[in-house]
Amino acid sequence: MDGYNFAYLDEQTKRMIRRAILKAVAIPGYQVPFASREMPLPYGWGTGGIQVTAAIIGTADVLKVIDQGADDTTNAVSIRRFFARTTGVATTERTAEATIVQTRHRIPERALGADQIIVFQVPIPEPLRWLEPRETETRKMHALAEYGAMHVKLYEDVARHGRIATAYDYPVMVSGRYLMRPSPIPKFDNPKMDRSPALQLFGAGREKRIYAVPPWTAVVSLDFEDHPFEVQSWDQCCALCGAEDSFLDEVIVDDRGGRIYVCSDSDHCGERRAAGHVGPQPDALGQPVEAAPR
Amino acid sequence: MTDTNALVLAGIGKQFTLHVQGGVVLPVLSGIDLAVAPGECVALNGPSGAGKSSLLRLVYGNYRAQAGSIRVGHRGGWVDVATASAQTILELRRHTLGYVSQFLRVIPRVPAIDVVAEPARAVGQSAAEAEHRAERLLSRLRIPERLWSLPPATFSGGEQQRINLARGFVVDFPVLLLDEPTAALDADNRRTVVALIGEAKARGAAVLGIFHDGEVRDAVADRVFAMRPPALAA
Amino acid sequence: MTGQPLLRVAGVTRRYGTRIGCRDVTFDLWPGEVLGIVGESGSGKTTLLKCLSAQLEPDAGRIVYATRDDGPQDIFALSEPRRRLLARTDWGIVHQHPVEGLRMKVSAGANVGERLMAVGARHYGQIRTSALDWLGRVEIPRDRIDDMPRTFSGGMLQRLQIARNLVSQPRLVFMDEPTGSLDVSVQARLLDLLRGLVADLGLSVVVVTHDLAVARLLAHRLMVMRAGSVVEEGLTDQVLDDPQHPYTQLLVASILHP
Repeated sequence: MDGYNFAYLDEQTKRMIRRAILKAVAIPGYQVPFASREMPLPYGWGTGGIQVTAAIIGTADVLKVIDQGADDTTNAVSIRRFFARTTGVATTERTAEATIVQTRHRIPERALGADQIIVFQVPIPEPLRWLEPRETETRKMHALAEYGAMHVKLYEDVARHGRIATAYDYPVMVSGRYLMRPSPIPKFDNPKMDRSPALQLFGAGREKRIYAVPPWTAVVSLDFEDHPFEVQSWDQCCALCGAEDSFLDEVIVDDRGGRIYVCSDSDHCGERRAAGHVGPQPDALGQPVEAAPR
Repeated sequence: MTDTNALVLAGIGKQFTLHVQGGVVLPVLSGIDLAVAPGECVALNGPSGAGKSSLLRLVYGNYRAQAGSIRVGHRGGWVDVATASAQTILELRRHTLGYVSQFLRVIPRVPAIDVVAEPARAVGQSAAEAEHRAERLLSRLRIPERLWSLPPATFSGGEQQRINLARGFVVDFPVLLLDEPTAALDADNRRTVVALIGEAKARGAAVLGIFHDGEVRDAVADRVFAMRPPALAA
Repeated sequence: MTGQPLLRVAGVTRRYGTRIGCRDVTFDLWPGEVLGIVGESGSGKTTLLKCLSAQLEPDAGRIVYATRDDGPQDIFALSEPRRRLLARTDWGIVHQHPVEGLRMKVSAGANVGERLMAVGARHYGQIRTSALDWLGRVEIPRDRIDDMPRTFSGGMLQRLQIARNLVSQPRLVFMDEPTGSLDVSVQARLLDLLRGLVADLGLSVVVVTHDLAVARLLAHRLMVMRAGSVVEEGLTDQVLDDPQHPYTQLLVASILHP
């Protein structure tokens, strides 16, 4: 793109963001303030994640962008195209091929490796905001590890619903020290963060915070001894590929309320189908049985 | 000072300075010397205004003395109430000094049995033991059992006075201060009080009291200490 | 009352600009003792209470608290994390307006259980059992455990605040006009509850009040404050029945007897 620096941001900005990232990596789970820039899309659309990706992306990288697990939704497509234009870097829809995965609200089903970085788009980074509106006070609570109040929320869930009802953006303790909000990923994905070989970076543009979970870091979801953390499960499997252990989306297929369940992670589903797995309704969405080459 | 006495007052002086009334000074007591031995009962005698109740209150630490010393035998030593710390006086009141005042300070909601048992609990007796003692005293003082679980706020004057008395005798205090203990009582209860005082003396308590009823005074007092209203300042 | 004082206060002074909040206050507080601080508005009693409970830092003087594990410590020489931990575990603070001392957006049970969770309790069933136990002790019907505080009456809110503080078994409780915002009939019940709890748990309490009847009922010792200074102190019944200082006499004479 003429008139724009590589990856849109100027070099000083990228350095500033990288410094913030280094701090974040040095203190796992700690929210590092950064000077969030004006980006060519409004707050609430992933500006934090985009800035983090822009700061770390290099010419040799291969970028994958997903939104709710899918590569082909509007936002994923826009962001991927933005980076393609401003960097000329190769893009992919296959998790296996990506070096950087930018994501909104899901972690890919395929386990990430030590040479991969996942960048999360974060709306509200502060896990205690629901309880304490004052930034001065939440900073103190983090500094002094005063996290009892977070368990109050879980207690309320159990008292009201008989179980911990939080289904996404489920709070975790990072490296046994900082309480962190993993962004609105389903709690189903929380275990993937624990001791992942990949580097996990979190960017919140509107709130101007960056945080990180370095590779091989302990990430533990909060719970009670007598109400332990549990992930979601479905009675159904994926209609297209038959997967029984992936996160499923419910899709309405006709005007009579007919519905099927399909993998939220489109790449995962495509890979399984390419490998020969067939679900109970492989043509339900008009998708080809074999994944098309990209 | 040789002392086999349980209570020794020396040179007691007391006055009220009423700042709210421009600093008027009301003398109450002057140069009072008095000793009470264990097992002895001394009756304070004198007309109204002589300072009898005030003297009892001074011994209890409820009033502050402007002059003199009030020595009470406590745990093998002496405590001068006139100069003792608040903590010490509270400890004295718990273990050594019993006081039956003319008025029962009523605390809402506390049943009569607990009002009476409280001093026993405060010296470490078990709830069961304290309650048992309280029940015995309430029975002796003819408080009907149906009243034991009620707060004394609605009791008659005589009933309240008997609650007060029971509370004063539930612990075996070495020193007992009694302010008109039989004022609102009938003959039967007066006799019970006389018996209680006799029992206290027999176990070695030193009793200092004000008894308007001559018969009661004659029955319990070993000595009479005469008091007069202080000479008014010229 | 034996052994060491629980709290030693020496020369505490706190100003607001050129105005005096409290001046040169010195006293000791013993385990199991209730100290009443009485005075009218502007006497400095609330300022003093805030200094004692580490909510305000004095301009002069020392406040030394006998900690459980490390002996006597100047509370303002402690690190802030330690001080905050002390305030959450070893101390209790009962505010005049219970909403200041409660989380209004979580249930009664969560309010009572929070201090336990703050020091690492992680068993829901046990936390709930403790909460039920404490609700019982402060005479809140146990079936209200999941109700929100905004559905509670004033008296119940105050009792909930008390339960929330006592669940961590503090040794020292600060109370600021604990019955101040309550109806008279409700006050009596609360005072009775406080008396009982203080005796049963052996608590030390510093209670600030302008109500001499509350002071007489709860306090062993009394300090009378006026214009920032302590003008008289001593045994509660002695200060109230035989007041020496002109201001104390004025206060006592001013009480209305129905």
